[in-house]
Amino acid sequence: MNNDEKLNNENKAGAEEYSLNDDRRVKTLSPGALVVRRFLRNRVAVTGLVILIAMALFSFVGGLITPYKEDQLFYRYDHQNKQYAAVKENTELRYVTASKDSFPSVAQAKFVLARKTGKESFDAKGKTFTYKEEAEEFYVIYSEESEEPVGFATYDIVSSSVSDAEVPFLLQYEILKALLNGQDEFEYEGETYSVSEDGGVTKGEEEVAYASSYIVQAIMSDVFLTRSFKEELVSSIKDGKTDFAFTDEDGTEAEYTVSFDAATNSYSVLQTVETKVFDKYHTPTREHWLGTDRNGMDMLTRLMYGGRVSLYIGFIVVIIETVLGVIMGGISGYFGGWVDNLIMRLVDIFYCIPSMPIIIILGAAMDALRVDPQIRMLYLMLILGFLGWPSIARLVRGQILSLREQEFMTATESSGIRVSRRIFRHLIPNVIPQLIVTMTMSLGSTILTEATLSFLGLGVKFPFASWGNIINDVNDTYVLTNFWFIWIPAGVCLLATVLAFNLVGDGLRDAFDPKMKR
Amino acid sequence: MKKYIAKRLLTSVFILILVAFLIYVLMRCLPTSYLEQVARQKSMQPGSKSFEEWMAQLSATYGMDKGIIPGFIAWCGKAIRGDFGDSWKWTVPVIEKFNDSVWISFVMGGIAFILELLIAIPLGIIAATKQYTKVDYTITVVALACFSLPTFFFASLLKLVFSVKLGWFDLGGLVGRNYEQLSSAAQLADKAHHLVLPIVTLVVINIGYLMRYTRTNMLEVLNADYIRTARAKGLSEKKVIYHHAFRNTLIPLVTMLGSSLPGLFSGALITETLYSIPGIGYVSYQSMISGDIPFSMFYLVFLAILTLLGNLIADILYAVVDPRVRIA
Repeated sequence: MNNDEKLNNENKAGAEEYSLNDDRRVKTLSPGALVVRRFLRNRVAVTGLVILIAMALFSFVGGLITPYKEDQLFYRYDHQNKQYAAVKENTELRYVTASKDSFPSVAQAKFVLARKTGKESFDAKGKTFTYKEEAEEFYVIYSEESEEPVGFATYDIVSSSVSDAEVPFLLQYEILKALLNGQDEFEYEGETYSVSEDGGVTKGEEEVAYASSYIVQAIMSDVFLTRSFKEELVSSIKDGKTDFAFTDEDGTEAEYTVSFDAATNSYSVLQTVETKVFDKYHTPTREHWLGTDRNGMDMLTRLMYGGRVSLYIGFIVVIIETVLGVIMGGISGYFGGWVDNLIMRLVDIFYCIPSMPIIIILGAAMDALRVDPQIRMLYLMLILGFLGWPSIARLVRGQILSLREQEFMTATESSGIRVSRRIFRHLIPNVIPQLIVTMTMSLGSTILTEATLSFLGLGVKFPFASWGNIINDVNDTYVLTNFWFIWIPAGVCLLATVLAFNLVGDGLRDAFDPKMKR
Repeated sequence: MKKYIAKRLLTSVFILILVAFLIYVLMRCLPTSYLEQVARQKSMQPGSKSFEEWMAQLSATYGMDKGIIPGFIAWCGKAIRGDFGDSWKWTVPVIEKFNDSVWISFVMGGIAFILELLIAIPLGIIAATKQYTKVDYTITVVALACFSLPTFFFASLLKLVFSVKLGWFDLGGLVGRNYEQLSSAAQLADKAHHLVLPIVTLVVINIGYLMRYTRTNMLEVLNADYIRTARAKGLSEKKVIYHHAFRNTLIPLVTMLGSSLPGLFSGALITETLYSIPGIGYVSYQSMISGDIPFSMFYLVFLAILTLLGNLIADILYAVVDPRVRIA
């Protein structure tokens, strides 16, 4: 037979149909592969699986990709109004005295009386004073002891244009006298000063002082208010404006708001200052896709880390309860008798313990003890796991009770395999399908429980994020109403994850069930 | 049957005592309680006794100075006579506070329960009869979604939509602002109005489980041989489903529903707290987080009793409803 013929024959054989009872017609699949196929045929379950994979990627890979850290704070500059100055229009006579005791307040009172009664002189503290109205509403008081005035009373106030220091008394006197009498110039200590109509006083080219009936005082002692500032402020107040912008000599611009306080009959000037604050509840932007939360942390990043925490807690709790449940249920189902009875009563007791209230009480106690958030998370997992094992124990026991009567168990017994090996090597694997379904479902419910606790503020605590404690912000009605981006994404993540676990669990149950018909 | 019930009752009492003991131990071991808060406050007052002295006095007043086992026996002795002590937080006898709050929870739970039945059972049956159709998939996914909904998230959504955006309901509370001025009929209407959102929440959260339970059991029945027989006899589909299948589905359904009846008294802790409805759930939540031992102790034991009662009802109903179950 040459090669060509051989090839031809093989081709013929390949093209030939197998006879009907030929084994090669039957494609064999392992039970595992059958389960996978049945699972993949279930579109709803596959959707669930896709959601789960997406959530896992989002939480675990997302946390690596995101440029921010879990507890990185963001700041922004906020405009805050600070008390800057107070302005008062002077509507009463103000007294300026030459020296501290030259014109005491008793004398001031006597002066008011004298002015009203029209007397030209008055006595106070054993001294006799006389007064003279040197210009309109400008009263100068002299004492009998000296030629120089001891004080004067007027509505206008003289302040220095250069510094905070007080203008010498006599200079003030001269300025006011000149101003109120309408003079352009006056002489003081041998130098000539000129006075302008708006109250400015210049010596040569330089401005030294000014007079005005408005008192402008800085609130903080280290602030010096320049004359131009005061004048612009006063003119804007006269115009009845409430906003006022001023650029000082250095070119720094600042904005001010003026408000009138009727009680003290004065204006208070608030300076709008930029202050660094936490960038909280910022609406979504290009930098923060889901905005920032109440502490000024990036919401999307918190969501990713929250997913990690939720999934970690879910898995660890389910592992704890499965291990406990399988051991207890296995022992109970295999041995039966008093061991079974004891364990089942224990299960009854655990079933009876109201788990949610117990966890709430323990959470409140941990709050009071100020347990470290990380240790608290560990306790939470242990408590949830410890309270959750009975249902798994019951499931395992029920399965084992029916399995141990079967022939393969008699076979293991007769071949003298160790008891522990018989339970864990031959019985438990037969329970695995149901176990996987239950575990998947209880992953969902554990995540839900953890989220509820964290929502109540009794589960995972700041600085750790969890989907539950992210939604916790919604307790503040303002957040509920105005900041959807704080709580809706976390809620959607939570719902999607729990739903996906349930869908997958449901799909697995159908896939494992060989009786299923399609 | 009587013997069986008596045996079950005995076991239940035994379990209850053990559970109560566990809860008592837990409550006594709690590091902080309301008493300490009170003692701390009192010792802060000028010219007062020291914290330790106040603590000792308060402990003696409230019977907290005994050891755990004598304390538990004393508690049991009083509890059997219906005396659960005075609530520390609410400063009234525990039973009185319980009576004040349990009925609103019961009404809320009862209405929600009836609505659940009316919605979930028909939907479950439809899903089962139309297995693997679009209707079935939709119902299954909706049921699972309800089942997976976090209560607090759903309640917040409802509040956002119906209270904030539409302004139909108040954000929380049982009565409105001008409740006192209303006539008694209007007062009732006001309360009903405030209960709408909590009841909707309860129904949606609980409906999923019932829907799935109905569907699963109905499917099991539909696959049974006697249904095939009924169809083979040429009965109409309607008769097969509602006469033969549904009545058999009722067995597990009635058992399950019966066992959940006692739960109506347990209150909805999360929902009531979210909507500030002063039912038993809300009241006990407040008590628990403020360390009110007498009230928490009472509430936890009460919940345990309800669970045991539920199990007992389930077992008895199972035997009553299904004639095939005979208890020796």
